[in-house]
Amino acid sequence: MRVTVIDYKAGNLTSVLKALRHLGAEAEVTDGDVAPVENAERLVLPGVGHFAATVRLDTTGLTPAIRAAIARGVPFLGICVGMQWLYAGSSEAPGQPGLGHFAKRCAHFAESKEKVPHVGWNSLEVRAGSRLLAGVEPGEFVYFTHSYKAPVTADTAAIAHYIESFAAAVERGNVMGVQFHPEKSGATGLKILGNFLSWDAKGTG
Amino acid sequence: MITKRIIACLDVHGGRVVKGVQFVDLVDAGDPATQAARHALEGADEIVLLDITATHEGRQTLLETVRRTARELFVPFTVGGGIRTADDAAQVFEAGADKVSVNSAALTDPALIDAIGRSFGAQAVVVAIDARRDPEAADPVRDAQVFVQGGRKPTGRRVVEWAREAEDRGAGEILLTSMDSDGMRTGFDCELTAAVSEMVGIPVIASGGAGTVEHFVDVFGRGKADAALAASIFHFGVSSARSLKEELAKAGVSVRLPC
Repeated sequence: MRVTVIDYKAGNLTSVLKALRHLGAEAEVTDGDVAPVENAERLVLPGVGHFAATVRLDTTGLTPAIRAAIARGVPFLGICVGMQWLYAGSSEAPGQPGLGHFAKRCAHFAESKEKVPHVGWNSLEVRAGSRLLAGVEPGEFVYFTHSYKAPVTADTAAIAHYIESFAAAVERGNVMGVQFHPEKSGATGLKILGNFLSWDAKGTG
Repeated sequence: MITKRIIACLDVHGGRVVKGVQFVDLVDAGDPATQAARHALEGADEIVLLDITATHEGRQTLLETVRRTARELFVPFTVGGGIRTADDAAQVFEAGADKVSVNSAALTDPALIDAIGRSFGAQAVVVAIDARRDPEAADPVRDAQVFVQGGRKPTGRRVVEWAREAEDRGAGEILLTSMDSDGMRTGFDCELTAAVSEMVGIPVIASGGAGTVEHFVDVFGRGKADAALAASIFHFGVSSARSLKEELAKAGVSVRLPC
C-alpha cells in the first residue's frame, strides 16, 4: 500500500517513515508539492514541533488539497501537531487556523504542579467502535510528548488523563488523529498504524 | 495514568557499547543495535545512546551506529555525545534519533538549546548535566556544580541554575547525572535530583548510581524523578527492565506493564 507523508518542516519524519515501511507500506514524502496529495491513496500528517509551522500547509497550497483528498474519502492520519491541526486552531499559535474538520480548539495544559510537557507512556480509554484503535486493550500504553492538547468531543476515539482529560485520539470516518506517537509506542503503536494502513471505506479493514 | 520511565542507556565508544566506573576503565559490553533491541524487547521505555568517543573521525561511525540502532527500534531513542551545532543535531535526527542530548556544547553556547528546539521542537532537546556536590559549600546539594569532560572539569556553574536556564531556553527534559554516584551502584543522588526536579517544570531523568530496585523506588519517591536511567543494572544479564518494573509495581510505583 502507498502512503503519502506530508513534510511541513515541523520536526523529524524519520521515525514515522521507518514505522510505516516496517509495516510494509510504500511511504513517499511530499514537501510542499500538491500533486502527490492529489494522487494520494493514504495521507499521514506527522508533526513534532510548533503549531505555527502548519502555516506552511497554507502557503504551499496543501491545505485545500488535503481538504479535497479528505472529501474524496482518502484515509487521513494526523499525528501530534498533525492531529491538533484537524481542529479549528490552537492557543499555541492563536492567529494560525487549523483545518477545522473537528470542532473546538486545542489549548495548553492547565496550570498545575505537574510537569509540562506531558512526556512518557500513558494509558488509553478507548471508546467503543473506534476502528483506528481496534484491538487496543485496556491498560495498553502509548508514548506522549506534548504541552498542548485537544478537547474531548463526540469525535474523540480515546481519552487520556494527565492534569485533565484530553483527546488522545480522534476519529470520524476516514479522518483520524492521535496525540501520542504510534511510531514510538512499541507493539501497541505498530498495531494502531497497521489499523490505519488497512482502513478502507467498506469497514472491512 | 502517566508512568515512571525506565531508560536503558548505552555508552558507546567507537561503535561498541562500553561500561566503566566514572567514565574510566571501559569494558566492552556488545553491539549497540543488538543491545538496544534487546532492552526494548525486555521492557525498557526508552533507549539513550551516549557516544563517548567524541572525536571528529568518530562522527561518521556514530551516525552509522545511530542508523543501524534506530532501524528496528519503535520506542523513543535519544542520542548524545559530541553534538556541538544544530547541524550535528540535524544529522543525528536524520539518522533516526527522536531526541538529542546536549551537554558541554550547550554550556559553551547555550543558544544551541534554542536553535535545536526551534527546528525540531522542545520535546527533541534533552539537556544533560553532569553534577557533583560541592562538599566545601554550606549547602552541598543546592550548590552542586556542573562539570564537563566526563566529570573532571568544573564549570563554576550551579546545577539548579543551569537546569532552570536550560528550561527557559526551551529544553524538553533534563538528564541529571550524579558524577559522585556514576557506576558505583550505591544509589542515585536523591537529594540532588529532588532539588533540580523542584526547580524546573520539565521532566527530570535521574542518572548515576543505580544498583538495586530500592534505588529506583527511592529516586521516583524521595528524588521526585520522572524517569531513571541505568546502564550497568541491565548489562551482563544482571536484570531486565521488565523484571525491574515488576518489582517497582509491587513497591507501588506506576510503570508501563505489561511491556
